[in-house]
Amino acid sequence: MSAALLVRALRDPASVAGLDASGWNGLIAAARAERLIGTLAFRLDGVTVPPALTPILSDARLDAAREARQALWEADRAAQALGDLGVRVVLLKGTAYAAAGLKAGQGRFIGDLDILVPVEAMAAVEQALIAAGWEWVKDDPYDDAYYRQWMHELPPMIHATRDRMIDVHHTILPLTARQTPDAAAMIADAVPVDDGLFVLSPEDRVVHAVAHMLADGDLQGGLRNLWDIHHLLADTDPDILASRAARHGLTPHVRQAQRLAAAFYGPGARLTLWDRLIRARLLARDGWGRETRKALVFAFFLRSHWIRMPPLMLARHLWTKWRKGHRPQ
Amino acid sequence: MRHHLTLRIGPATFRIGSAWPAPVAQLASLYAAYPQPSDAVADFTVRLQPTSLVRRFIRPSIFITGDHGLADAAPMSLSHGLLAAEMGMNLQMALGWRRHLLLHASSVEKDGRVLVMTGESGSGKSTLAALLGERGWRFMGDEFALLDLDSGAILPFPRLVSLKNRAIDVVAGQVGEGRMGPLLAATAKGDIRHMVPRHDAVARMGQGAMPALLLFPRFGHAADMRAVGQAEIFMRLTQASTNYVALGEPAFTALTRFVRDVPARAIDFPTGEDAIAMVERLWEEMA
Repeated sequence: MSAALLVRALRDPASVAGLDASGWNGLIAAARAERLIGTLAFRLDGVTVPPALTPILSDARLDAAREARQALWEADRAAQALGDLGVRVVLLKGTAYAAAGLKAGQGRFIGDLDILVPVEAMAAVEQALIAAGWEWVKDDPYDDAYYRQWMHELPPMIHATRDRMIDVHHTILPLTARQTPDAAAMIADAVPVDDGLFVLSPEDRVVHAVAHMLADGDLQGGLRNLWDIHHLLADTDPDILASRAARHGLTPHVRQAQRLAAAFYGPGARLTLWDRLIRARLLARDGWGRETRKALVFAFFLRSHWIRMPPLMLARHLWTKWRKGHRPQ
Repeated sequence: MRHHLTLRIGPATFRIGSAWPAPVAQLASLYAAYPQPSDAVADFTVRLQPTSLVRRFIRPSIFITGDHGLADAAPMSLSHGLLAAEMGMNLQMALGWRRHLLLHASSVEKDGRVLVMTGESGSGKSTLAALLGERGWRFMGDEFALLDLDSGAILPFPRLVSLKNRAIDVVAGQVGEGRMGPLLAATAKGDIRHMVPRHDAVARMGQGAMPALLLFPRFGHAADMRAVGQAEIFMRLTQASTNYVALGEPAFTALTRFVRDVPARAIDFPTGEDAIAMVERLWEEMA
């Protein structure tokens, strides 16, 4: 399994010394599929690799540098658009790691711009972004209502000329999820970075990354999320982290993430049966970069809906999407 | 994957995997003169996989993907498997290549200097490059011209020439059946046949050369020739590049130099023979 090879190379870069061409091909394909190629390129900096790898890794570093530059420019544009509102704008995920210069951000792929703002400021933020050139992506009224009633974010918007997406969050989990994190406390304890923007406190960064990975979604991109968590954990105070996790109702999730991060990228950990299932899902990637273990992957896809909303609401949602022609991949 | 092949074209190495034997067998035979190293680290992985479990066997349908893919790529019939493999390689280059500025252009070389031809699909740039490649020019590529960011040279990417519709008979008549691939009838772009470039194009695929003339050909119009302003050339070339934005400032610098240093003309022509006469004349005058 080349996902396991990728995890090993990230944990111990010197381990690539024994790879043959087929091993390298599998490693690169898995790293690209998991969007960890930039991270891998930074990890392998200074490690002796076959000549054919040098341009592949330097291309990946170039792409990562551009990602970070573009992401910070988008953050700057959002700061400009929202500056007059007098609300705290908190950067999340990849852009936050790049803005704060964190190790988790090194070589990291960064997609959309994710920001967290106080829930009472959502309407004003939406207006200000539209005035600054962002527009709606979803033109389906059901999708729009789905986001506004049940989700923790506005429907995604895209900038008309720069073609970049922004996700505006007012909390870190769907409103219909079983846990209700304290978004106001997160915003209150956020720490300033450049441009008048903020990032979450070190402990809240972990809680958010964990919530995103283990309490929401189907573990797509999980190897990268876990890599983030592994590095974010290093900046935390264990006591503060435990109390923050408890406050946000995510104590079991944070503990599980600590075990998984240690097992994948750290010194190792004792895993529960449930941890092992997640591990099997995270490693479902073969030497051609294809997803394997289809049944397990599909089961986690089903679970992502199950944990996102209560059963009746879920049934109604799936029925509506099915009638509109939506099918799971 | 069960069927696979590693193939080097110009500076890029592709690892192509397929759920079916036919596309790989066709590639292996048409690319017989190219390096096919079985133990190389590839720059890109291409996958030709079934669109679903059923579509592996019943009315086989190919989903083209790989390191870089498009979620909404149209499925293709297995009878067009060779085209799918070619598109898969093009997709990797278009989305993933960072070592040169990629121009959607054909190119040929003579006396150590390169003629670059760019235009939309159907402009005749592929056919022209193929025909010139049979008449004393070295064929360098019909799809992508690679502009070196430091030296300003054009590097070859001489994959199979993809000939469409009327161009098929024009070229097949000149090069002979031995260098032609199977007819792929009724694809999304019409009928397609691939042509194997001449031996020298493959043998010298590592050698670049400086650009000396840029043409914007347009097939199917009365013969005409126009000068093109540098601003327009620059804009059209940024549109003809898939990695201009990704490469950032070095691409701007290299493209500005290309536009400043390389003379350019737009040419309209009714037939391939007219085009060749125009190109040879312009080359004498301008390059």
